[in-house]
Amino acid sequence: MVAVPAASLVFAFFASGLVLLATGHDALSSYRRLFDAAFLNRGALGDTLVSATPLAFTGLAAAAAFRMRLFNIGGEGQLYIGAITAAAAGLYFGGSGGPSAFAIAAMVVAGCAGGAAWALIPGILRAFFRTNVIITSLMLNYVAGYLLTYLIFNSQSYWRQTIGFNASVFPTSKQLPNSAIWPAATVHVHGGVALPLGAGFAVLAAGLLWVLYSRTRFGFEANVLGDSARAARYAGMRTRRKILAVMAISGAIAGLGGASQDGDFRHTLDADPNGLQRQFYGYSGIVVAALARYNPLAVLLVAFLIGGLQNAGNTLQGADFPSGLVGVIQGIILFSALGGELLVRYRIRVRRRERAGSAPAAEVT
Amino acid sequence: MPTLPEAVSERGADGAPLAPAVSMRGITKRFPGVVANDDVGFEAAAGEVHALLGENGAGKSTLSNILTGLYRPDEGEIHVYGERVEFHAPRDALDAGISMVHQHFRLVDRFTVAENVALGDHRREGRAFRLRSRAIERRVAELGERYGLAVDPRAHIWQLSVGEQQRVEILKALYLDARILILDEPTAVLTPQEAEVLFGTLRELAADGRTIVFISHKLHEVKAVSNRVTVLRAGRNVATVDAAEATPRSLAELMVGRGLGEGVRAAPREAGEVVLALDDVWADGDRRGAAVKGVSLQVRAGEIVAVAGVAGNGQRELAEAIAGIRPATKGSIRVAGKTPRAGDPRAAIAAGIAYVPEDRLGTGLAPSISIASNFALKSYREPPASTGPLLRLRRMRDRALELIKRYHIAAPGPQVPVRLLSGGNLQKVVLAREFSGRPKMLVAGSPTRGLDVGAIESVHAYLHEAAANGVGILLLSEDLDEILTLADRIAVIYEGQIAGETARADANVEEIGLLMAGGQDPRRD
Repeated sequence: MVAVPAASLVFAFFASGLVLLATGHDALSSYRRLFDAAFLNRGALGDTLVSATPLAFTGLAAAAAFRMRLFNIGGEGQLYIGAITAAAAGLYFGGSGGPSAFAIAAMVVAGCAGGAAWALIPGILRAFFRTNVIITSLMLNYVAGYLLTYLIFNSQSYWRQTIGFNASVFPTSKQLPNSAIWPAATVHVHGGVALPLGAGFAVLAAGLLWVLYSRTRFGFEANVLGDSARAARYAGMRTRRKILAVMAISGAIAGLGGASQDGDFRHTLDADPNGLQRQFYGYSGIVVAALARYNPLAVLLVAFLIGGLQNAGNTLQGADFPSGLVGVIQGIILFSALGGELLVRYRIRVRRRERAGSAPAAEVT
Repeated sequence: MPTLPEAVSERGADGAPLAPAVSMRGITKRFPGVVANDDVGFEAAAGEVHALLGENGAGKSTLSNILTGLYRPDEGEIHVYGERVEFHAPRDALDAGISMVHQHFRLVDRFTVAENVALGDHRREGRAFRLRSRAIERRVAELGERYGLAVDPRAHIWQLSVGEQQRVEILKALYLDARILILDEPTAVLTPQEAEVLFGTLRELAADGRTIVFISHKLHEVKAVSNRVTVLRAGRNVATVDAAEATPRSLAELMVGRGLGEGVRAAPREAGEVVLALDDVWADGDRRGAAVKGVSLQVRAGEIVAVAGVAGNGQRELAEAIAGIRPATKGSIRVAGKTPRAGDPRAAIAAGIAYVPEDRLGTGLAPSISIASNFALKSYREPPASTGPLLRLRRMRDRALELIKRYHIAAPGPQVPVRLLSGGNLQKVVLAREFSGRPKMLVAGSPTRGLDVGAIESVHAYLHEAAANGVGILLLSEDLDEILTLADRIAVIYEGQIAGETARADANVEEIGLLMAGGQDPRRD
């Protein structure tokens, strides 16, 4: 089970090394710098957690749905909607004092509900009209993005800051009140690492998801449905309900990721075109889920590693370390992981015959 | 490049001893964990129909896959018309004049017969851009006339019956001028009459000097059509015998390796009260239109009622309507006096309907899920498999171990994905699960299709046992031998309607075959 991903990682390591060499970098020292910047430098772990937490949420959201072969790639939009609803709850219930459990709980509930509702749109379309979830959920990402922009830039919405000098110059969103800002626990090692509350929620969600899928009737039905819809129907499982439920769970987790963005990191509804919408957490989450083979606990680990890579990329980018390089490395890792999966099932065979064009490149063994 | 005989037609000239058309010697093929062929071989002369007989897993398919170039043997030699050949790919075997008619046809539904024939012609690849359909059509018609393989070359595949589609497969091989034809279980999809027609064609092809390798596990037809029979068991050669001297019984014993009981015919049972009453049941097919058109039937407790019919005449839809998977659009289905909600599988299960679907792996079982989970597929909602929302995995595993033992299922363990089991063991998993739900009524769709003799015997024994315990059984099958050994009453289904019904005692095979074919003799077309 572990051999193939491990071998894929080793392959990715070498392939990326070639890319580094080709771009005029010393591969080994570049890796060293990446690793230091991701995990070892002062403050690196904390920054890595900032990148990893949203990836854990969107990764879990994707894993939850993909396990039942519901290809919800709408994590991006569900996260936006969760951020919008959670910000509303934070603005409405938050007071000026210290962090309030009530305000935070309200944000969590609102974020989950918002994400779930958004995911239910493709869910309902799939369950009752058999539309393709990939297309509908993807399209709704754009809708959610435009909605987010509209709320702050094109309307006098509840989320928009309308008072003050800055607000009259440039559209901004309201800052969350203090009690709606999520507290972080600080671990006193290596100069202090801040553990965001959202990271705790992600670990909790992963645990619950794992129990749900491996220990409950619900998970049993989802596994059967993901494997064979006909067998599920034969066994009398309620297919439509299950689709709705799984989409709602998936959306809720992504929405919670949005709430965590508000409460943990941005402390406002971030509609900046170069802010939240440039991070593509929802899409990266799909990569995380795929690398983790849709196992919720593995999602946490992969999110941490990919988060570290992204954090290192942000830290190191500059003249001698182009920012695109980290994206290239990330792509190579995904490519080799998926390629490794494929090679488990296929065997490449070189044909000796000279008549080209007729030989299949790979044959099923 | 494989070495090929230059001119196949020069064989046996000047009274020299004829080299056999095909000779496979000492073939050994190993797969991880199994030896599929262990020093196996056979010889078939030109003009011979040579049968390969064996249970599933005996190594017939591996051997034929080697002969068609799909696999390469680890050891052994293949000779074609006396020349040693080595096949690196299926194309090499085609070039050597060897073609295979697969059990599952490789035809494009929306293409015409001629187009499918052209598609199978690898010689054209990369050469001719234009499809010379006229010429192909003429040639197909010519071949069809010569060998009694009548099909309209311009007909689309989807318009053809299963028997006609098979003829297209044979025509594809003949169009390539195959001298050696391998047919894999060719009668599995045919009515008895259609099978007779096929046998006639095979004899004519053999008379023409071609060699037919006929793979089957049906004893009667092996005896009826072949000259010699090579029997395989567990990957080894058992014997090659003259078909004329063999009896079905002696063949069966060679194939199974032990004496057989004289069928499992149980003592006549007392039929109890009606457990299943169908009254004017209609149901839609997957495509537009009704597939089941007003079926009325009754099954009593302890009775086995067979519905005979060629596949695709509404059997699956009827079975699914009873099992609640497909809503009946009209009519009533009563189970032990109650009417479960139509189109609700859970209601049907609760009413005591067990269903063994024809599609074992995919409908009856979820392929990638563990054996233990598949055993719990219908019972996971209640104790002991679950308490409240939580699964009881240990209990599920213990239950699986128990059923694996009781039903003699060959499985590495309860946690492996069920798809790794062989066909017979898959069916045992389904049967074990269905019987353990204590059903009142069992609907079984072609429960022995594709199984070997040993597995068929045990499936039949389980059905008998269930009937003896008072379960009503509705058996949907196209295998008349099976129906005649099992059923108390026989109904024939044709195009979604019951074409006739009789007690087994009064059953006449010829007549049932005719009804299955729509009352028309297919030999006349």
